[in-house]
Amino acid sequence: MSRLETAENPQKLKRIAIDPVTRVEGHGKVTLLLDDADRIHQVRLHIVEFRGFEIFIEGRPYWEVPVTVQRLCGICPVSHHLAAVKAMDLIAGYGPLPATAEKLRRLMHYGQIVQSHAVHFFHLASPDLLLGFDSEPTRRNIVGVAQDFPEIAKQGVLLRKFGQEVIRHTAGKRIHGTGAIPGGMNKALTPAEREEIRRDVDQMIEWSLGAVHMVASLHRTKPEFYNRFGEFDSSMMGMVGDDGALDFYHGGLRAQAADGSTIFDHVDYSTYEEVLQEEAKSWSYMKFPHIRALGAEKGWYKVGPLARVQVASRLSTPLADIERKKMMALGNGKPVMGTLFYHWARLIEALHACELIRDLLDDPDILGTDLMADKGDRRGEAVGVIEAPRGTLFHHYRVDENDQVTFCNLIVSTTNNNQAMNEAIRSVALQYLDGRKVSEGLLNHIEVAIRAYDPCLSCATHALGQMPLEVDLVDASGDLIHRARRNMGAPT
Amino acid sequence: MSDYETFLLDGRPVRFERGQTILEAALAAGHYIPNLCHHPEFKPHGSCKLCTIKVNGRYGSACTVKAMPGQEVSSDTPELNGNRRVLLQMLFVEGSHFCPGCEKSGNCALQALAYDLEMLTPHYAHFYPSRPLDASHPDVLIDFNRCIMCELCVRASREVDGKNVFALAGRGVASHVVVNSPSGKLADTDFALTDKAAHICPVGAILPKRVGFAVPIGSRTYDVDAISTLAERRATEEA
Repeated sequence: MSRLETAENPQKLKRIAIDPVTRVEGHGKVTLLLDDADRIHQVRLHIVEFRGFEIFIEGRPYWEVPVTVQRLCGICPVSHHLAAVKAMDLIAGYGPLPATAEKLRRLMHYGQIVQSHAVHFFHLASPDLLLGFDSEPTRRNIVGVAQDFPEIAKQGVLLRKFGQEVIRHTAGKRIHGTGAIPGGMNKALTPAEREEIRRDVDQMIEWSLGAVHMVASLHRTKPEFYNRFGEFDSSMMGMVGDDGALDFYHGGLRAQAADGSTIFDHVDYSTYEEVLQEEAKSWSYMKFPHIRALGAEKGWYKVGPLARVQVASRLSTPLADIERKKMMALGNGKPVMGTLFYHWARLIEALHACELIRDLLDDPDILGTDLMADKGDRRGEAVGVIEAPRGTLFHHYRVDENDQVTFCNLIVSTTNNNQAMNEAIRSVALQYLDGRKVSEGLLNHIEVAIRAYDPCLSCATHALGQMPLEVDLVDASGDLIHRARRNMGAPT
Repeated sequence: MSDYETFLLDGRPVRFERGQTILEAALAAGHYIPNLCHHPEFKPHGSCKLCTIKVNGRYGSACTVKAMPGQEVSSDTPELNGNRRVLLQMLFVEGSHFCPGCEKSGNCALQALAYDLEMLTPHYAHFYPSRPLDASHPDVLIDFNRCIMCELCVRASREVDGKNVFALAGRGVASHVVVNSPSGKLADTDFALTDKAAHICPVGAILPKRVGFAVPIGSRTYDVDAISTLAERRATEEA
């Protein structure tokens, strides 16, 4: 853990805030504490909103949860929908899903990977990469990209649309659908719907492959910069199938150290509490998870595209696997750790998801109508895990004999990356800001590092009841009348 | 004298049989008047006031006012529809009608009417009630936060099921539906999933358990057609 988390004498330092962090989902801010010589003493990514879903779904019937809880987010609601329903499959007592039902859920999920990765890369990240980190800020957005690179912007928009249409055909709506229900799916895919998706899938594979090549070519222009920007060693975690290949929908947990050695492998995710632990800190609404065996100081890890394409032994589709090998070759036998490699890995995953969609559309099972599993005995507790676009997502529930939720714990992808994002911005602050006069362009380097993780800050802030809170009551002239505080540590 | 006589509804003649209410006659003739507490199998109730019309210039509930020859009835007017939107807004803020997470969404008469009457916002300050669910019954769940006190469950349990499981308690703003058992819990009644009252709630207050979102989006009652269009089509098919 970096020494820059907490300054020794914060009251003597000047403070710079990036508030809000832009082109991310949700609301966050970064604070930097600097001395008179502009040396950096403290850097923190703060999450300044909260959701509270863990508490307010308590008492609700379990079958409602997969639909309710996806309202955490409008970017990748399918992740919460599927993680919750995987848990509720077990709570409701259902056995293994029929092949069609599981494949329809996978299709929905892969559609979401495509749309979420497309919206992140093209709409949120590409302005930095294509126009420059310190380019004119008023043009550093998707409109600026559309003006200078209209074909790339168009492909981004249409890739996202393709993913949204896959979701619509499987979940009933592009955002916040209801397709997955405990025990299976509520809707079959019609031949007409399959053909509509299939009509575009080869074009999407071609465009996503082109996007991977574009990021690879950007890397070739300044390899040292791309390798070293926000580079730091960390453990990584992702989900893999029995054969060790990346599996977005179901599998066991695998964690690797920075040197590529295995920390744990094929861990049954229902036992996640045996390998992971969460910690709360006074200055953020987002929890800090770590690998239990390594402790809080050394046990933090990365999740998401860069972690999972590297912890996986391979990708199951040919084009994506070739691109994965090309990227990993730059590590010379060790995992690559530069923050900007997240973009490269993310687009490899978008390509992988497009190939997986094509394969599923060619599978006769996808048009089946056997959508519900056989029902057995109810359970009181279950865990559902999925590889969401931003990383490993945990949903853990307990349900009483009246069918009401009594406990919920969510560890969302961005929460898993909390410490890693903080380390990334500390690394970038030391690399680019320490001792220099701060400019907008330099501050954007901090935001570039955060954006690379594609954080969903709204999803990550749900620990209602535990979060530190400070409420100031001020009069019309701005003078403090009363301050109420709860669970607060040292002020920043 | 002919068995059929007519009144004018928004300028159109509507035939009726003696004894019919204006609402019954209008619905039978394929002319929709918004309503929530009305049910063709039960006596008029006149509580939700959504069906408020003007009969010869005076306000009345279409579900209780008998049709008479020569009446001039107005219903689909900006004024009356505006009043209906206000009533809907008050129902929405009085309860906790969070459609995005409600399994009744797409099959809910309150939601369908809000769409049909173009209610764009709740307008009023939400009450944010926090009423405990009654999930004690093995087959049926009650979410009191969504009750609109139409009393259809009260009437169905009393008049069809012969059980008197539900009743209205309290007065004014404190009015609420209660379960008629010593504990107040549904599990301590003889209520059954097969009861009429288990399937009559127009909103998401009384729900058969473990059904949830089994009906996909696109196949729910009001997914394709508005509640008014559906009622008018049903009348045409029955005619």
